[in-house]
Amino acid sequence: MDAAALQAFLEASVRLGAPLALAALGETISERAGVINIGLEGSIIGGALGGALGALLTGSPGAGVLAGAMAGTAIAGVFALFAITLNADQIIVGTAVTLGGLGITGVVYQSVFGATGTALTLPTLPALPLPGLSALPALGPALFSQAWTTYLAYLLAPALWYYLFRTRWGLELRAVGEEPTAADAAGIRVRRTRVLAVLGAGFLAGIAGAHLALAHAGTFAEGMSAGRGFIAIAVVVLGRWNPLLVLLASLFFGAASALQFELQAVFANVPYQLLLAFPYLLTLAALAGWIGRSRAPAALARPWPPRSGE
Amino acid sequence: MIRQLLRPRLRSRRIGPLAAGVVALLAATLLAAAGLALAGYDPAAAGRALVSGAFGSWERFASITLVRATPLILTGLAVALAFRAGVWNIGAEGQLYAGAVAAVWVGLTFPGAPAWLLLPGAMAAAAVAGGLWTLVPVGLKLRAGVGEVITTILMNFVAIHTVAWLVHGPLQEARGVFPQTDPVALAARLPRLGSGRLHAGFPVAVVLAGALWWLLRHSAWGFRVRAVGASIRAAAVSGRIHTGRVVLGAFLLSGMLAGLAGGVEVAGVTFALYENLSPGYGYTAIAVALLAGLNPLAVLLAAGFFGVLQAGAAAMQRDVGVPAVWVSAIEALVILAVVAADRFLRRGMAGKGGG
Repeated sequence: MDAAALQAFLEASVRLGAPLALAALGETISERAGVINIGLEGSIIGGALGGALGALLTGSPGAGVLAGAMAGTAIAGVFALFAITLNADQIIVGTAVTLGGLGITGVVYQSVFGATGTALTLPTLPALPLPGLSALPALGPALFSQAWTTYLAYLLAPALWYYLFRTRWGLELRAVGEEPTAADAAGIRVRRTRVLAVLGAGFLAGIAGAHLALAHAGTFAEGMSAGRGFIAIAVVVLGRWNPLLVLLASLFFGAASALQFELQAVFANVPYQLLLAFPYLLTLAALAGWIGRSRAPAALARPWPPRSGE
Repeated sequence: MIRQLLRPRLRSRRIGPLAAGVVALLAATLLAAAGLALAGYDPAAAGRALVSGAFGSWERFASITLVRATPLILTGLAVALAFRAGVWNIGAEGQLYAGAVAAVWVGLTFPGAPAWLLLPGAMAAAAVAGGLWTLVPVGLKLRAGVGEVITTILMNFVAIHTVAWLVHGPLQEARGVFPQTDPVALAARLPRLGSGRLHAGFPVAVVLAGALWWLLRHSAWGFRVRAVGASIRAAAVSGRIHTGRVVLGAFLLSGMLAGLAGGVEVAGVTFALYENLSPGYGYTAIAVALLAGLNPLAVLLAAGFFGVLQAGAAAMQRDVGVPAVWVSAIEALVILAVVAADRFLRRGMAGKGGG
């Protein structure tokens, strides 16, 4: 691989890793509060469509990102209503939210753009080279000549780490995820904490979706989230529920996804459909090799209040 | 939610699940109609198109609706069994594809074999392949403690890309034009029932539903499955149940049922393998199983309901222009309505603060 190809590979790694990082950082917070949201995929696809429509209507990709964030939050709101307010099972509600998100975005897309789907061209988020940093050798352009949503992920990782492990609010949120009954007894509002964490995660997943449509593709396609919500949940496990490690794990998976394009060039005889399966296989392998050393929040996926006697 | 579904004794036995299902369906139908009206379609016309598309004639009902319901029964049984055992198998879609690949491979590789051997062989291969496709999630769950929710979903993506590779590469038709396999040998196809497209897979699925119901309700194995699903800790503490073995068995059997769904679809409907063979049967199966309250006999009704929806959706798109993807939004509505109705019923029975 020559210098230019390496440059392109690193740039693609960060570009593909950024939406994963945004979604996974949000999911880290909601899982730390004891909520696993399989509906993250629904928020991402909602964010992608919201971002596309918002950018198209206003002509501004920035407004598109905001619209995507709102769409992602709204979809997470449905999850929160059923999984937290009604205290139904998180896995089932999350599955329904993902199905519904994929279905409704398909319906909206087809009714706006027609069943065949015209090739949609959107105003895209431009790369914003950071002065100085982007001139660093090798990693500079890859890390610091990206859309601003990528920088948001860089800033959020340390900010969320500080929030989780160095502030009182973060401690309370973790208490809700570990021992909700004890947290409740200590006066922490368990449901409100969880709802806010889930909405925040939906907001970030919506930005991740908008990033896919506006910084990557410049278009929207049905099902374009392509399982990123599920990979993001696996990334949270690999990052051991620690925002800094989650950011690193996301970039690692971005590199794995970017690698498939490199592998296509190098191993022209390996069919590309198999290379498309590579990120999913790598995720499985990483989960197999890694999980023993990490521990999920104790109350993860448990209903609260507990349903004793039911 | 699942834990509650597992404990029918605690709800009023006759009315509870049925009422929840009916209320949920009514609510989902109303919401779906409201959504259509909001999107600018005529809900009444859409409803008429749906009903005539699914029930217009016996021919249409058998050839389209029941044919659509068949893979939903089998995958619905797969999900219901897994959830009963407390196993979150979200991977029926991938297991279905694994079964379809195996059935096609057998059907293409032994074209000279007699039907009495080839057809059962292909179906057995499909079931085994579906079971094998669960091995990675099973192994990760039992050996490494990795939850099966994410791993089964990841395996779905692996299956879909593997199928894409197979139909573009090693299994592509001899002409090499389309990304699909050649049709399987006649001897590997399921016989048709009557003059329409209804095939023998449908009665087989109905019989399997009855068998699974009996097993879960009346066999010692079924008791162990239900015990593990109700509380794996309690089952382990009892000292009489090898919980790992029960989980393994239920997971494998669940995968085999989903794999068989793929085999039946190939041998009864498509005769060849191609991408997007399944319009998400493995995901719809979750809605089917939940609507059925995880009861294998009720799975027949729930799968019939979604068969009607899917058959009707095609007519709805043709006649009224409603995008057929609307069905997956309705599936989501049904799941949410079922869990909500279940929660409300439960709260109502337990009194205030019991929820």
